[in-house]
Formats: sequence, structure tokens, C-alpha cells
Amino acid sequence: MILSVLSSFALVSGLMVVRAKNPVHSVLFFILVFCNTSGLLILLGLDFFAMIFLVVYIGAIAVLFLFVVMMFNIQIAEIHEEVLRYLPVSGIIGLIFWWEMFFILDNETIPLLPTHRNTTSLRYMVYAEKVQSWTNLETLGNLLYTHYFVWFLVSSLILLVAMIGAIVLTMHRTTRVKRQDIFRKNALDSRRIIMKEDGRDLSRREAYIYNEYISFGSPRVSGFETSGGA
Amino acid sequence: MIIDTTEVQTINSFSTSGFFKEVYGLIWIIPILTLILEITIGVLVIVWLEREISAAIQQRIGPEYAGPLGILQAIADGTKLLLKEDLLPSRGDIRLFSVGPSIAVISVLLSYLVIPFGYRLVLADLGIGVFLWIAISSIAPIGLLMSGYGSNNKYSFSGGLRAAAQSISYEIPLTLCVLSISLRLEIGRNDQVVHPYDSDLDSSTVDIVEAQSKYGFWGWNLWRQPIGFLVFLISSLAECERLPFDLPEAEEELVAGYQTEYSGIKYALFYLASYLNLLVSSLFVTVLYLGGWNFSIPYIPIPELFRINQMAGIFGMTIDIFITLAKAYLFLFISITTRWTLPRMRIDQLLNLGWKFLLPISLGNLLLTTSSQLVSL
Repeated sequence: MILSVLSSFALVSGLMVVRAKNPVHSVLFFILVFCNTSGLLILLGLDFFAMIFLVVYIGAIAVLFLFVVMMFNIQIAEIHEEVLRYLPVSGIIGLIFWWEMFFILDNETIPLLPTHRNTTSLRYMVYAEKVQSWTNLETLGNLLYTHYFVWFLVSSLILLVAMIGAIVLTMHRTTRVKRQDIFRKNALDSRRIIMKEDGRDLSRREAYIYNEYISFGSPRVSGFETSGGA
Repeated sequence: MIIDTTEVQTINSFSTSGFFKEVYGLIWIIPILTLILEITIGVLVIVWLEREISAAIQQRIGPEYAGPLGILQAIADGTKLLLKEDLLPSRGDIRLFSVGPSIAVISVLLSYLVIPFGYRLVLADLGIGVFLWIAISSIAPIGLLMSGYGSNNKYSFSGGLRAAAQSISYEIPLTLCVLSISLRLEIGRNDQVVHPYDSDLDSSTVDIVEAQSKYGFWGWNLWRQPIGFLVFLISSLAECERLPFDLPEAEEELVAGYQTEYSGIKYALFYLASYLNLLVSSLFVTVLYLGGWNFSIPYIPIPELFRINQMAGIFGMTIDIFITLAKAYLFLFISITTRWTLPRMRIDQLLNLGWKFLLPISLGNLLLTTSSQLVSL
């Protein structure tokens, strides 16, 4: 029952990703797809992967999508857009995809499908897992970090390339940008910098008043405001 | 969870036996409701504690009108917020506006599933344990973004973006610290021989606490991972959006950030989510670093004196809960004191701290942990 609930929610959310008019709603339905897929992974017994889906897809990728969609002025799709002109090509692609799915799946996995292949269903109990079972983490670590570590290192190099790309795109040219060094500014002593009109330096009292002007906006403001809130 | 076991067994999969519990009937609702009651009372206590401790720090008297010593202050606040008018922005996205606070609360409440208050006092002893908290707390920024966007207010939107950026930045040092703890050495239980492929090496919270139980006070993960403890402390304060990482709801900078347009019970939900998050963070600090429910004074056999029957001692369980809450209070006190003593950080200072300081340090902590295990310390 849970399987059908989760998969139907996933399918409906996937449909709404495409059909929602507001792009923010579209991304939020996208998030719903991942939530439901994570539930499906739990049903498959892949608990670690379900959590990884939540962390990576929803926590990172979907948040990235949301930042982009929310901050750019993407126009909301018009109601009377002609969707039917996409029908020939998309219909062919959809039919090919549909036929591929029916070719792979058969009657044993999904009993209600009207396919012709009726292989004998191999339902067996894995007794070995009841005696001594590995967690998902252990199996993943055993494969990924010992036998297939090269793939792991290659994928980390790909991510490094993406990171360098982001830094290159957003790096300021440091020669032409004026920056403030706050620690240096605070360490400056105003008495040595400011000179009065008749050539004298500031006295201690005048330096104190100058500091108060800078910090509080007017001299002789004592105390500070505590942050309110319940 | 009622699952269809035939569908699962057709797929050859490895899973810990503790993860699937076949539930017959609604009997699970009783522990869940008990935990929710405990958490609600915990939030009321934390609100009162915050008022009292902040009053003590500012040298004034705290709440004194609502109930004796102001104990009912939180209930008074809650009732006030319940009875206020529920305003909706006229041109904002009403559905997103309404759902936003709920997502923030749901993601925090689900994290209570894996906190052990005692050896058997955990709602779900999952194999992935602590990682469930990290995964589900990754959903919270979505709620904040939805609230900020649906408010139709530039400043709320900006506050929501900043809050989401802060949340996702501090998740990474948090996860790396938790990872360093999960890499503990194999601790054999008293009655088992240690196998090389024992399923003890998972992120289960009960196992993490059990691994700290041997030497009393000196067995805490606090001594094994001091840098990790500090990084975890800072990161969890930032995840809860408490001061000094308070910018999303700062009153001087952004009015109230993403919470500006909220009134009544929706605002109460944000308020509740903040304190629930604080409580779950402090409980995780206890579980991960301070030894959980173990009575941590070494060489005193008090637990053995009182536990006549190991598994069913009610007094033993009460002691365990009490010890967990007392240790959680330490972190609560630290975070409330921090809120009322330290100034607020600016958003760029905050993000700098998360990415450029805490992330390399937590990676270094991970490196130190793994290398010290290679040397078999």
C-alpha cells in the first residue's frame, strides 16, 4: 500500500513539474518527486541511499534550483500557450520510451501489466542476511573505496573542475576593486590621522568625540540596545 | 511501518535487521505520543529557562506574573499567539506562505525519532541513526525559502535566502563531525566476540552511546574529538539560527527576516521550530559527545546497585532519562548564555566562518581521526 501511495505521488509530482505555471512551484514539485523517491528507496531496503537522496538532491541540488529560480525574473508561463504543436515529435519520443519500458519490465514485477512475458517468479528468501548482514554503508564502502576507488577519485576530480569553474566565474580582479580591511580600520588611531585646521593634532577628548561620531552617530550616546524578541 | 514483505524479498538486498519493524496495529502510537508530550513540555521548559537565564545575565528578574516563578509564561505566550489574527499577504503566494512553517517544524520533529533516552528508550534504532537527523535537517532550508518567497516582501525574501544559505553552509561541518564520530574503533560488547564485519560499525545512535560507556567520564567522545566538539557546537548553533548566527531574524537588519509577515499560529510554529531545533541539537550533543544516558562518574557502581533487573527496571530507565536531560541542559545553558553575551555576526562573516574556517577544520579533524585509527590509538 505504501508502495502504491509513494509511487503515485511521485508520478503526479513529476507531471506537475512540467505542468505548473509558476517556476517556483515547478521546483517544489521536483522536491516532492525526490522525497517520494527517497521513500521508495527505503522500501527497497536502501536506507543509506534514501538519506543520501535527501541530503544531496533536496538539500543541495533543489536548494540550488530554488535560489536560481527565485532570484531571476523568470516569466510565468502563459495560459493560452499552444501545447499541441509539440505533439508529433514528443509523441514519437514518448511512444519509444513507453515501448522500451514495456520491453524491460515483465509480468512478474508488476502483475497488472498486459505484457506477454510470463517468466517464473523467483521469490526467494535470503537466509544469509538473517544470520549476518552488512549495512548499506559497509557494502558501499567495501566496493567504492577498495575495488572501484579510481572511479571515486575521478568523480571527485570532476567536482573539483566544477568548483574551479565557479570560482573563476565569480573571482574579482583584485587590482581594481576597493576593499575594506575592517581590522586595519579599527586599529587606526584617529589622533594620528586627523589634523585640525590650524595644524594641531586632536586632543584626547576630541579624539574620543570623533570616535563617538563614527560609532554611534552622535556623541554622548551611552549604553546599547539589547536585541529584542521573545 | 507496514510494508509488503514479498515485494521486498524479491530484491536481493542487504539491510540491518533492526530497520524494518513490522507493526501489528496502532500500538506504536503510544510511545510516539509520549515523546511528543515530552518534547512539548521540554519546549515550555526551554522558553522559561531562556527567560530566566537571560534575566540573570542582564541582572533583572525574569517572568514573574504568569504562574509561580513565571513557569506558565510559555503557555501564556502560546495562548496569545493562538488567539491572534492570522494575516495573509494579499499578493503573496498563499499556499507556499502557509506550508513554509510546517515544513520547518516537520523536519525538526522527525529528527526526534533516533534520539536514545535510554538503552531501549529510542523510537527507532535505525542502522543509519544520526544520519537521519542530518538528512532531514537538510529539508529545513526549503521551508525557509518557501516562507521568504511567499511573503511578497523584499526583505523577507532576502532574509529567507540568507537563512537558507546559512543552513546549507553549516550542514557540511556538522556532517563531517558526525562522520568522525562514526569512525570509531570496534568496541566489543561484553558478551560477544568481535568479528571483523560486525554490524556495530553503523551510525546508530544507541551504538554511539554504547561506545562511550566504558570508562565513565573519560569515555566520552568529548575527549576523543575535542576539535569536533567545538565545531559541532558552533555548527549546531548556526543551524538553529540562534545568536550569534541570528541574522535571518535580526530585528535591526531585516525586521524579522523571513518571519516578518507571519502572525498568530504560523509565527508560533516558527518559534516552536526554533526551540525544538535547539532541544534536538542539545540532545544530539549529549548523545554524540557527552555519553548519552551513561552515568558518567567512573568507579561508582550506582547503576548496578539500582538495576536489579537489567532490562525492565523502571527506576533505571528514569535515571537514564534524567541523566540525558541533565547533560542536555549543559548545552542549553551554553547556547542561551551565548545568545545573550555575544554580538551578532554579519552574513558574510557568517558564511566565511562556515566555508573557510569550519569546513577545513572539520576535514582536518576527519583526517586526524582516521590517521589516529591507522596508528591504532
